[in-house]
Amino acid sequence: MNRNIKKAVSIAAVAAMSLAGLSACGSKSGSGGDGEKGKVYYLNFKPEANDAWQKIAKKYTEETGVEVKVVTAASNTYESTLRSEIDKDEAPTLFQVNGPVGLATWESYCDDMSDTEVYNQLVDQSAALKNSDGTVVAIPYVNETYGIIYNKDLLNKYTQLDGAKISSADDIKSFDTLKEVADDIQARKAELGVDGAFTSAGFDSSSDWRFKTHLANMPLYYEFKDDNVTTQPATIKGTYLDNYKQIFDLYITDSTTDRTQLSSKTGDDANSEFALGKAVFYQNGTWAWTDLSAAGMNADSLGMMPIYIGVKGEEKQGLTTGSENYWCVNTNASDADKKASKDFLNWMITSDEGKAALTNDMGFVTPFKSMSDEETNNPLVKIAKADTENPDTYSVSWNFTMMPSDDWKNNLGSALLEYAQGTGDWDNVKTQFVDGWASEYNLTHES
Amino acid sequence: MTTMIGKSIRRWWAVFTLPTFLAFIIGFLAPFILGVYLSFTKFTTITSAKWVGGRNYQRAVQDPVFWHALWYTTLFTIVTTIVINVIAFAIAYMFTKALKGATVFRTVFFMPNLIGGIILGYVWQLLLNGVLSHWGVTLTYSATYGFWGMVILLCWQQIGYMMVIYIAGMQALPSDVMEAAAVDGASGRQTLFNVTIPLMMPSITVCSFLTVTNGFKLFDQNLALTNGAPSKMSEMLALNIYNTFYGRPGFEGVGQAKAVIFFIIVAVIALLQNKLTTRKEVQA
Repeated sequence: MNRNIKKAVSIAAVAAMSLAGLSACGSKSGSGGDGEKGKVYYLNFKPEANDAWQKIAKKYTEETGVEVKVVTAASNTYESTLRSEIDKDEAPTLFQVNGPVGLATWESYCDDMSDTEVYNQLVDQSAALKNSDGTVVAIPYVNETYGIIYNKDLLNKYTQLDGAKISSADDIKSFDTLKEVADDIQARKAELGVDGAFTSAGFDSSSDWRFKTHLANMPLYYEFKDDNVTTQPATIKGTYLDNYKQIFDLYITDSTTDRTQLSSKTGDDANSEFALGKAVFYQNGTWAWTDLSAAGMNADSLGMMPIYIGVKGEEKQGLTTGSENYWCVNTNASDADKKASKDFLNWMITSDEGKAALTNDMGFVTPFKSMSDEETNNPLVKIAKADTENPDTYSVSWNFTMMPSDDWKNNLGSALLEYAQGTGDWDNVKTQFVDGWASEYNLTHES
Repeated sequence: MTTMIGKSIRRWWAVFTLPTFLAFIIGFLAPFILGVYLSFTKFTTITSAKWVGGRNYQRAVQDPVFWHALWYTTLFTIVTTIVINVIAFAIAYMFTKALKGATVFRTVFFMPNLIGGIILGYVWQLLLNGVLSHWGVTLTYSATYGFWGMVILLCWQQIGYMMVIYIAGMQALPSDVMEAAAVDGASGRQTLFNVTIPLMMPSITVCSFLTVTNGFKLFDQNLALTNGAPSKMSEMLALNIYNTFYGRPGFEGVGQAKAVIFFIIVAVIALLQNKLTTRKEVQA
């Protein structure tokens, strides 16, 4: 009798312990329902916009009573976070893909978006992504623009020097002029009080995407334009690689930093060099304003010009504008949650609070009709807007969303770095660019 | 005859072993089996797996970077195992001889082991880059710098830990054998090589096992110090697996297959090494 009681107690103890262990794993069950309202769980991609998302989510809950949870993945971990989150019982109802290649991974999780307000409100509906059945599943929500950001004050100071190559920043309309000016600034850097014409072309992972992805877009854009390529090609030719080399050489020669030191330079390094007036030119985009203003940069002293790479007719080239942020609704979520997520997106782009949050707090330029009148305080966005509206120039589109894999970008980045520091040659860059594309395309498209 | 303790163990074993056993199944066995299964599938998340047979393994062994990572890691493990054990043993030997302030030094040497690998990696990256900038290069300039950078880092981190194990072993050495050696007129060198080291083999087994497996499994330090640069030439096995997993869409299974191969290699080497050094163990 006594023994039986003890046994029962011990079994109960074991059961209790193991249950405690299980629940500590954090898997809660019984989600989805919550009456008619449903709830929203948004896995945000942009760490810099996290605070704004949290704020607006709270406001939405206060107004409508619908629970909105926003979780932000730390930078560079979005894919891994999404992978582990989407299998949980409480999976994100709303997540992001970064373009056609990202969509290929997540296609089976993306719900039909064709009947949503965010799709209807798109200025250019062809910008939305379709799955292999031709259904609209991913909606771009932010347009971003990049180019060569320059310090107006320093460039003005340069134009006042004796024998300056230009009389104003507007005179730079081609690669040749840009090179002339940059070379001259580099030669007279002591006179100007700068360390170099361009900020360090750092190859730390916080900075290397500026060259292996964004700068690599330039030769891709012109090649695709020549060959009328609109979807991801299996092979590329590298027609404009010499132009790519020209501009990259300029970045690493007329620079604040010795080329053998580039491998450890970070994005913050380049940012502070520019903000402290140690360099005149800085390749980056509209998103850089947050960091630049935090570093004490004045809005009036910022300008942005297109990345000229020496292609014929580039006097008419504009800035590079596109999107790599697309909203998707998780098709495995409950119907109530799916509806709640779509309603939330709709509210974001039509209500005053939502619009203000997107435009001001997050600093986004959005592709929605409902938001075309929003004013921004980001000087780079203003420049970008003026540029896209300018009928005399053509915008360069974002083609790097077609790049076959992260490995392609990384291999290209490594080859560029080795070329820059002198441990490799340009032929290797060519190989990675052209042959690497074909082999990565094959590897990722084998069924 | 059963003792009192034996009796209560027989009655209560379940309370003490089952929770751990369950935790072992949930936290180790289940993920392991799932991991092996996933290495034969194509998947994005674990619920969307599709069986593809041995194709992932085929792709894994066709990857030249994987083979480079394998020999780079092996070389690294050999170097660190030797360096760490020799230095840790020497320091332990020094400390067990009368040396002023030995306890303070022991603590100091053990401290690096308490700091996380990622932080260590970044701190050493700054330090080493600072030194290397003297010659106008950086740690990721070539794979050789990265290699020795990681060797220095790992030695710095692990010598203290191994030293503690060696000190414990030395303090447990039977003094009669030492005295006998001294009476027989053995020199210090002879005592060390013919008496101390053979008697220390159990500690050496443990320490070399730990250093070999740690060398093979190195990840945080590799990620923080070089992240595989330049051109994946300083990428070690664990990091290579991680990068394969996320590098291309559809390559999750290949990364998983590499992880299984990696497990087999480490298990075989660790068992072999254990057998080799255990054979050398002697009784006093």
